[in-house]
Amino acid sequence: MIGSIVIGLAAGMVAGMLGVGGGVLFVPGLVLFVSLSQVDAEATSLVAIVPVALVGAYQQYRYGNVRVPDAALIGTLSIVGAISGVALANVLPERALKLGFAALMLLVAFRLVRKALREPGTSPGPAGSD
Amino acid sequence: MARMALSRPLKLAVIGTAAGLFSGLFGVGGGTVIVPLLVLWFGYGEHEATGTSLAAIVIIAAYAASTQGAFGRVHLLEGVLIGIPAVGGVLLGTWLQQRTRPQTISLLFAILLVGVAVHMVIE
Repeated sequence: MIGSIVIGLAAGMVAGMLGVGGGVLFVPGLVLFVSLSQVDAEATSLVAIVPVALVGAYQQYRYGNVRVPDAALIGTLSIVGAISGVALANVLPERALKLGFAALMLLVAFRLVRKALREPGTSPGPAGSD
Repeated sequence: MARMALSRPLKLAVIGTAAGLFSGLFGVGGGTVIVPLLVLWFGYGEHEATGTSLAAIVIIAAYAASTQGAFGRVHLLEGVLIGIPAVGGVLLGTWLQQRTRPQTISLLFAILLVGVAVHMVIE
Protein backbone atom coordinates (compact mmCIF):
# COMPACT_ATOMS: atom_id res chain seq x y z
CA MET A 1 0.00 0.00 0.00
CA ILE A 2 2.67 2.49 1.08
CA GLY A 3 4.94 1.05 -1.62
CA SER A 4 2.20 1.61 -4.21
CA ILE A 5 1.79 5.23 -3.16
CA VAL A 6 5.51 5.98 -3.19
CA ILE A 7 6.11 4.32 -6.55
CA GLY A 8 3.02 6.03 -7.98
CA LEU A 9 4.24 9.43 -6.85
CA ALA A 10 7.71 8.76 -8.25
CA ALA A 11 6.30 7.50 -11.57
CA GLY A 12 4.19 10.63 -11.87
CA MET A 13 7.19 12.86 -11.20
CA VAL A 14 9.20 11.09 -13.90
CA ALA A 15 6.23 11.37 -16.28
CA GLY A 16 5.93 15.10 -15.68
CA MET A 17 9.65 15.82 -15.85
CA LEU A 18 10.50 13.64 -18.84
CA GLY A 19 7.29 13.31 -20.86
CA VAL A 20 6.97 9.54 -20.57
CA GLY A 21 3.95 7.60 -19.34
CA GLY A 22 5.50 6.37 -16.13
CA GLY A 23 5.19 2.69 -17.01
CA VAL A 24 8.93 2.36 -16.49
CA LEU A 25 8.17 2.57 -12.73
CA PHE A 26 4.53 1.42 -12.65
CA VAL A 27 5.30 -2.05 -14.00
CA PRO A 28 8.09 -2.99 -11.55
CA GLY A 29 6.12 -1.29 -8.75
CA LEU A 30 3.03 -3.38 -9.42
CA VAL A 31 5.13 -6.55 -9.61
CA LEU A 32 7.11 -5.87 -6.42
CA PHE A 33 4.55 -4.21 -4.15
CA VAL A 34 1.23 -5.58 -5.37
CA SER A 35 2.51 -9.00 -6.50
CA LEU A 36 0.92 -8.82 -9.95
CA SER A 37 2.32 -11.01 -12.71
CA GLN A 38 4.42 -9.23 -15.33
CA VAL A 39 1.62 -9.39 -17.94
CA ASP A 40 -1.05 -8.16 -15.51
CA ALA A 41 1.27 -5.41 -14.28
CA GLU A 42 1.81 -4.17 -17.83
CA ALA A 43 -1.93 -4.11 -18.50
CA THR A 44 -2.71 -2.40 -15.17
CA SER A 45 0.09 0.09 -15.72
CA LEU A 46 -1.68 1.26 -18.88
CA VAL A 47 -4.78 2.12 -16.85
CA ALA A 48 -2.66 4.26 -14.52
CA ILE A 49 -0.83 5.91 -17.43
CA VAL A 50 -4.04 7.29 -18.99
CA PRO A 51 -4.93 9.78 -16.21
CA VAL A 52 -1.26 10.62 -15.62
CA ALA A 53 -0.67 11.44 -19.29
CA LEU A 54 -3.99 13.28 -19.49
CA VAL A 55 -3.28 15.52 -16.49
CA GLY A 56 0.37 15.98 -17.52
CA ALA A 57 -0.57 16.86 -21.09
CA TYR A 58 -3.23 19.31 -19.86
CA GLN A 59 -0.70 21.04 -17.60
CA GLN A 60 1.86 21.17 -20.40
CA TYR A 61 -0.82 22.54 -22.72
CA ARG A 62 -1.47 25.35 -20.27
CA TYR A 63 2.26 26.05 -20.17
CA GLY A 64 2.19 26.23 -23.98
CA ASN A 65 4.33 23.15 -24.50
CA VAL A 66 1.98 20.91 -26.51
CA ARG A 67 1.88 20.98 -30.30
CA VAL A 68 -1.57 19.47 -30.59
CA PRO A 69 -1.66 18.45 -34.29
CA ASP A 70 1.76 16.79 -33.99
CA ALA A 71 0.68 14.92 -30.87
CA ALA A 72 -2.52 13.75 -32.55
CA LEU A 73 -0.64 12.44 -35.59
CA ILE A 74 2.04 10.70 -33.51
CA GLY A 75 -0.54 9.19 -31.16
CA THR A 76 -2.78 7.90 -33.92
CA LEU A 77 0.02 6.35 -35.94
CA SER A 78 1.45 4.80 -32.80
CA ILE A 79 -1.63 2.63 -32.60
CA VAL A 80 -0.91 1.31 -36.10
CA GLY A 81 2.71 0.78 -35.10
CA ALA A 82 1.77 -0.98 -31.89
CA ILE A 83 -0.52 -3.44 -33.66
CA SER A 84 2.30 -4.28 -36.09
CA GLY A 85 4.74 -4.50 -33.18
CA VAL A 86 2.65 -7.03 -31.29
CA ALA A 87 2.30 -9.12 -34.45
CA LEU A 88 6.04 -8.89 -35.20
CA ALA A 89 6.97 -9.80 -31.61
CA ASN A 90 5.55 -13.26 -32.23
CA VAL A 91 7.67 -14.00 -35.30
CA LEU A 92 10.96 -12.16 -34.72
CA PRO A 93 13.85 -13.23 -32.48
CA GLU A 94 13.02 -11.19 -29.38
CA ARG A 95 16.42 -11.40 -27.67
CA ALA A 96 18.35 -10.07 -30.65
CA LEU A 97 15.81 -7.28 -31.15
CA LYS A 98 16.04 -6.28 -27.50
CA LEU A 99 19.82 -6.11 -27.63
CA GLY A 100 19.65 -4.05 -30.80
CA PHE A 101 17.08 -1.70 -29.34
CA ALA A 102 19.07 -1.34 -26.11
CA ALA A 103 22.14 -0.40 -28.15
CA LEU A 104 20.08 2.14 -30.06
CA MET A 105 18.85 3.66 -26.79
CA LEU A 106 22.42 4.00 -25.54
CA LEU A 107 23.35 5.76 -28.78
CA VAL A 108 20.39 8.13 -28.44
CA ALA A 109 21.32 8.78 -24.79
CA PHE A 110 24.85 9.66 -25.90
CA ARG A 111 23.54 12.06 -28.53
CA LEU A 112 21.22 13.75 -26.05
CA VAL A 113 24.10 14.25 -23.62
CA ARG A 114 26.37 15.58 -26.35
CA LYS A 115 23.72 18.01 -27.54
CA ALA A 116 22.96 19.18 -23.98
CA LEU A 117 26.63 19.75 -23.19
CA ARG A 118 27.23 21.65 -26.42
CA GLU A 119 24.37 24.06 -25.90
CA PRO A 120 25.03 27.22 -23.99
CA GLY A 121 23.02 27.81 -20.82
CA THR A 122 19.60 29.41 -20.90
CA SER A 123 21.10 32.76 -20.00
CA PRO A 124 21.86 34.60 -23.22
CA GLY A 125 25.62 34.77 -23.43
CA PRO A 126 27.76 36.59 -25.98
CA ALA A 127 27.53 35.11 -29.46
CA GLY A 128 30.29 32.49 -29.45
CA SER A 129 32.43 31.95 -32.51
CA ASP A 130 31.98 28.18 -32.00
CA MET B 1 19.52 10.54 -36.75
CA ALA B 2 20.93 11.82 -39.99
CA ARG B 3 19.17 14.74 -41.52
CA MET B 4 16.86 13.30 -44.11
CA ALA B 5 14.88 15.25 -46.62
CA LEU B 6 11.54 14.02 -45.41
CA SER B 7 8.52 16.22 -45.20
CA ARG B 8 7.33 17.19 -41.75
CA PRO B 9 4.16 15.06 -41.66
CA LEU B 10 6.14 12.09 -42.92
CA LYS B 11 8.73 12.52 -40.16
CA LEU B 12 5.94 12.73 -37.58
CA ALA B 13 4.45 9.58 -39.07
CA VAL B 14 7.80 7.80 -38.72
CA ILE B 15 8.08 8.87 -35.07
CA GLY B 16 4.54 7.73 -34.28
CA THR B 17 4.91 4.40 -36.03
CA ALA B 18 8.32 3.74 -34.46
CA ALA B 19 7.00 4.61 -30.99
CA GLY B 20 4.06 2.25 -31.42
CA LEU B 21 6.19 -0.48 -32.97
CA PHE B 22 8.69 -0.49 -30.12
CA SER B 23 6.00 -0.38 -27.44
CA GLY B 24 4.23 -3.27 -29.15
CA LEU B 25 7.47 -5.22 -29.48
CA PHE B 26 9.05 -4.60 -26.09
CA GLY B 27 6.38 -3.08 -23.89
CA VAL B 28 8.43 0.10 -23.43
CA GLY B 29 6.41 3.27 -23.36
CA GLY B 30 6.18 5.40 -26.48
CA GLY B 31 7.67 8.37 -24.64
CA THR B 32 11.17 6.89 -24.59
CA VAL B 33 11.06 6.94 -28.42
CA ILE B 34 8.99 10.09 -29.02
CA VAL B 35 10.87 12.57 -26.82
CA PRO B 36 14.43 12.01 -28.12
CA LEU B 37 13.26 11.83 -31.74
CA LEU B 38 11.40 15.14 -31.41
CA VAL B 39 14.48 16.73 -29.82
CA LEU B 40 17.19 15.28 -32.05
CA TRP B 41 15.34 14.98 -35.35
CA PHE B 42 12.80 17.81 -35.19
CA GLY B 43 14.74 20.32 -33.16
CA TYR B 44 11.95 20.56 -30.61
CA GLY B 45 12.85 22.19 -27.31
CA GLU B 46 12.85 19.72 -24.43
CA HIS B 47 9.75 21.21 -22.82
CA GLU B 48 7.74 21.03 -26.05
CA ALA B 49 8.99 17.52 -26.80
CA THR B 50 7.94 16.19 -23.40
CA GLY B 51 4.59 18.04 -23.47
CA THR B 52 3.74 16.83 -26.96
CA SER B 53 4.87 13.32 -26.04
CA LEU B 54 2.49 13.23 -23.05
CA ALA B 55 -0.40 14.28 -25.27
CA ALA B 56 0.43 11.52 -27.78
CA ILE B 57 0.68 9.00 -24.92
CA VAL B 58 -2.90 9.80 -23.88
CA ILE B 59 -4.07 8.41 -27.23
CA ILE B 60 -1.69 5.43 -27.23
CA ALA B 61 -2.36 4.40 -23.62
CA ALA B 62 -6.14 4.85 -23.90
CA TYR B 63 -6.20 2.57 -26.92
CA ALA B 64 -3.84 0.01 -25.39
CA ALA B 65 -5.63 0.02 -22.02
CA SER B 66 -9.00 -0.56 -23.66
CA THR B 67 -7.73 -3.54 -25.66
CA GLN B 68 -5.92 -5.01 -22.62
CA GLY B 69 -9.03 -4.49 -20.51
CA ALA B 70 -10.93 -6.65 -22.96
CA PHE B 71 -8.55 -9.48 -22.12
CA GLY B 72 -9.28 -9.17 -18.40
CA ARG B 73 -5.69 -8.48 -17.45
CA VAL B 74 -6.32 -5.11 -15.81
CA HIS B 75 -6.52 -4.95 -12.00
CA LEU B 76 -8.61 -1.83 -11.74
CA LEU B 77 -8.32 -1.20 -7.99
CA GLU B 78 -4.53 -1.57 -8.03
CA GLY B 79 -4.36 0.68 -11.08
CA VAL B 80 -6.34 3.36 -9.26
CA LEU B 81 -4.27 3.00 -6.06
CA ILE B 82 -1.03 3.57 -7.93
CA GLY B 83 -2.59 6.03 -10.40
CA ILE B 84 -3.91 8.56 -7.88
CA PRO B 85 -0.54 9.36 -6.25
CA ALA B 86 0.90 9.35 -9.77
CA VAL B 87 -1.49 12.11 -10.84
CA GLY B 88 -0.20 14.12 -7.86
CA GLY B 89 3.32 13.29 -9.00
CA VAL B 90 2.73 14.46 -12.55
CA LEU B 91 1.33 17.78 -11.32
CA LEU B 92 4.49 18.22 -9.25
CA GLY B 93 6.71 16.97 -12.08
CA THR B 94 5.32 19.30 -14.75
CA TRP B 95 5.48 22.23 -12.32
CA LEU B 96 9.08 21.42 -11.48
CA GLN B 97 9.93 20.96 -15.15
CA GLN B 98 8.97 24.55 -15.99
CA ARG B 99 11.75 25.58 -13.59
CA THR B 100 14.28 23.17 -15.06
CA ARG B 101 16.76 24.02 -17.81
CA PRO B 102 16.31 22.15 -21.14
CA GLN B 103 19.83 20.73 -20.89
CA THR B 104 19.06 19.24 -17.49
CA ILE B 105 15.94 17.57 -18.91
CA SER B 106 18.02 16.04 -21.72
CA LEU B 107 20.63 14.77 -19.27
CA LEU B 108 17.97 13.24 -17.01
CA PHE B 109 16.35 11.68 -20.07
CA ALA B 110 19.68 10.16 -21.08
CA ILE B 111 19.92 8.56 -17.63
CA LEU B 112 16.41 7.14 -18.07
CA LEU B 113 17.38 5.69 -21.47
CA VAL B 114 20.50 4.05 -20.06
CA GLY B 115 18.41 2.58 -17.24
CA VAL B 116 15.82 1.19 -19.65
CA ALA B 117 18.55 -0.19 -21.95
CA VAL B 118 20.31 -1.94 -19.06
CA HIS B 119 17.00 -3.35 -17.84
CA MET B 120 16.22 -4.72 -21.31
CA VAL B 121 19.56 -6.49 -21.51
CA ILE B 122 19.62 -8.04 -18.03
CA GLU B 123 15.96 -9.09 -17.66
